[in-house]
Order: sequence, then C-alpha cells, then structure tokens
Amino acid sequence: MVAQQTLNNSTEDKNPVIEINNLHKTFGADNHVLKGINLTLNKGEDLVVLGKSGTGKSITIKCIVGLIKGDEGEIKVLGQDIMNLNTKELNKIRVKVGFLFQSAALYDSMSVRENLDFTLRRHNADISEEEITSEIEEVLESVGLAEAIDKMPSELSGGMRKRIGLARTLILKPEIILYDEPTTGLDTVTSKEISELILSIQKERKTSSIIITHDMACAKLTADRILILKEGVVYTEGTYEELEKSEDEWVRSFFI
Amino acid sequence: MTSAIKNYFNDVGVLSLFIARFFKELFIPRYEFKEFLKQCYKIGYKSIPLVAITGFIMGLVLTLQSRPTLVSFGAESWLPGMVALSLIREIAPVITALICAGKIASGIGAELGSMKVTEQIDAMEVAAINPFKYLVVTRVLATTLMVPLLVVLADVIGVFGGYMGVNIHGDMSLYLYITKVFDILTFSDLLPATIKTFFFGFFIGIIGCYKGFNANSGTESVGVAANSAVVTASLSIFIIDMLAVQLTDLLF
Repeated sequence: MVAQQTLNNSTEDKNPVIEINNLHKTFGADNHVLKGINLTLNKGEDLVVLGKSGTGKSITIKCIVGLIKGDEGEIKVLGQDIMNLNTKELNKIRVKVGFLFQSAALYDSMSVRENLDFTLRRHNADISEEEITSEIEEVLESVGLAEAIDKMPSELSGGMRKRIGLARTLILKPEIILYDEPTTGLDTVTSKEISELILSIQKERKTSSIIITHDMACAKLTADRILILKEGVVYTEGTYEELEKSEDEWVRSFFI
Repeated sequence: MTSAIKNYFNDVGVLSLFIARFFKELFIPRYEFKEFLKQCYKIGYKSIPLVAITGFIMGLVLTLQSRPTLVSFGAESWLPGMVALSLIREIAPVITALICAGKIASGIGAELGSMKVTEQIDAMEVAAINPFKYLVVTRVLATTLMVPLLVVLADVIGVFGGYMGVNIHGDMSLYLYITKVFDILTFSDLLPATIKTFFFGFFIGIIGCYKGFNANSGTESVGVAANSAVVTASLSIFIIDMLAVQLTDLLF
C-alpha cells in the first residue's frame, strides 16, 4: 500500500504511456490471478516487473495489448482506455505497442525475411519493394543478424530467435515494447547480449518498455525502475539499488 | 453426463459463431490472395496422387465386386453404367471427402493448433494482423473449392478404373465403355453430387480450422486438435451426405 502511494506520487508529474488502475482478472470460477494491479510506465522508461511464477506478470502485459480482457479496472495505453475500444481502435494502439513473446513466436512456415515482410506489408499498403527490403535489412542490422535474412526459424538458435522476434517487433517502429521473459532459456552470455540489445534499443529509439524477467542480471542492466508483484498485487517498487538494500527479506530474496 | 451434453451444445454454439465470423470476414478487405493460392496448391495439388490412386482402386474394385451378381442376371452390359452411377453419385464424393478429412482437416488442425500453442496466432494479433482472415478464411475457401475438383478427378479416374476392371474378364473398347457410361448418366446425377462436395469441402476446412484455432495450451492439445478435426469432419461428411441425398430424392 505504501509502495503504491510512492508509485503514484513519483509518476504524477511525468508523462505516462501506460497506466493500469485496479486491474482484476479471474480465470474459471476461483482462480483470481490479478487482484487489483496498479502500474504506471513513463515515457522513455524501462520498467522491470519481477515476481514468482504465477503471480500474473505475463497476464498483466497480455491485458495491456488486449490479448486477455481484464474483468475490472482501467488500462490506459497512450491515453486510450483499451478495455473499451473495438477491434479496429485496439489495432491502432497495437501497432504502437510491440510485444516480444517468451518463445519469440516466429512464424515457422516463413523465412526471417518473410516474417518481417509479412508484418510490414500489412501496415503499409503503398510501400514499394525497395523500401520493404531496405527496412528489413536496416532492422536486421540493428539486432545484429543481417546474415540470417534467408534462414528459416528452425535454423536459428534460441538467442537468434529472440533477436529476430525483436526485429519483427521493431519493424513497426513501436513507441512501447513489452518483453515477456526475454532472456529465459538462454545461456549467460547470450542473456547479457539480449539485455544490452534491449538497453540500446531503448536509448536509440527512445522507446518505453516493460520487461518481465526472472533474470536479475537483465534487471540490473536494463531497469530504470523495478516493480515486484506478489499474489496478484504490486508488493513494492523502486530502483535496483533501493530494492537490493530492502529490509524486507522476501524482496531481498530476489537479489541473492 | 449432463456436463457432456452441456459441453456438446456449447461446442456447437461456438462452432456456429466461428462459421458466422468466417462469412463476415470473407467480404471485408484485405484479401489474402497469395495465401489462398498457396493453400489451394497445398490442399488441392498435393492431394492429387492420393485421390487418383484411391479413385482408380474404387472404380476397379467396385467393378470386380459387382460383376458376378450382374453376370448371374445376364446383365453384364449394365456394368459400366452401374459403376459410373455408383461412383459419381455416392462413392467417389464420400470416399474422397473422407480421405480429405483425414489428410487436410488433420493437417489444418495440427498446423493451427501448433501455431496457437507456440503463440504465433497471438503474435499476429498483437501486431494488429487479423489471424482469422489470414489463416482461417484462406484455408476454408481453399478446401471449399479444391475438394469438389478432387472429387471430379476421382470420378474420372474411378470410371477409368471401372474400364480396367471390365477388361480383366471381358473385352470392351474404351469408346463403347464411355458410350455406355454416358447413356446412363444424366444431369440430375452429376449436379447434386457435385453441389454436396462444396459442403464437404467447407466443413472439412472450417472444422480443421476451428479445432486448431481453439486448441488449448500444451503440445498434447495439438494431437487432440488434429484427431478431433478428423473425427468431427468425417462425421459431418456422413451427416451432410444423408441430408443431401434426402433433399435430392425430394427434388430430382
């Protein structure tokens, strides 16, 4: 509760791009996963969300893009309450909000080029073939995988899949990027590379991000602010350094 | 028991909404022509060898099985017409549709099921791309148009198989065989049999897509989606056939 007050005060004078107020979500009859989440993401900020498995981290970001509909509460993305938008209006917001899935979710039947082309072409009806090629090459350069352009997803390693997934997200030039466990399943070196990539994208493209992770090295490197969920509510929030020195044993257990 | 009945009616309701959504999305641009042609190639062209072989065997075996009975009545000359009529009116459409249910509905169910499980469908949705239009509309249109063509192919090859069957025990020229076939066949044999194949194709596609699109999470559900797609599509083929035959009986 105290943490929530702090959160609200600290973001009052900033420019929030995502605001979640009192979000509830229940699955089935009694699986109450989100029990009143309050969250604010400010422009240009990297917000890391921590929490044990099953506390509703992924559900929260899926609610932000309308993949899962919240039962109660308010989600404002770039000033629009997405819980009351129709599909057409929601799609306009979705173009501005990139989402990197835990599995990268590359389209298996398409090559890397086709994965990017497929996404780009559907939002730019008048774009020329030359422009498509140059956009694809540019975004692949930015994730450091220009050579993978004609590979199939099955030929890529875990880290490469994440990078291509990120490239597919970046090709629409989003203002906000939501990362669902971007370093899960990767070795330490690749995890660090992905974390650095997230940071460099935020700096170069001035994006705002929510990063869900269990990887504390990733959190340390990328987080401007960390928010910890416990049993469907925001338990506490602060910078990495603040939370690392927290007197709360449960909070400190994340940093060991 | 009560919950099983409730689930059944719930499933029928959700499938009806899925079908309604198909017709709604069908007429709204953007039209995915490239994907539609790709699916026609995968569903139609790639099924030709299987349909051709089974069509040939159907004609051949039907002729060989029917011959002794007709010979005992001294009605051997009716063999070409009878085989062609049985094939075109009933056997080729139903058997071909069942083969397509096994090959195509299961393929679509497994493909979309695995896309659902690996969040590829969600990825399209969050990128503001309509996955229903790209994945479902194209596949259902392709099956609706390709299954009738495959049935016509099975008809032709099955009739040719009948000719081979006739010539195992006898000696009949191809010209005489075809003349005898067309002496018996009328427009009212061809038309209802062909019309019902569009419904077979539509339900093969829509059930395959429905099962895949609504797969649960976990790899097991991919198998369940594929299996369930085949069983439901096969059953729907028999039900449509029964209704179509009753209707044809009333009208023709």
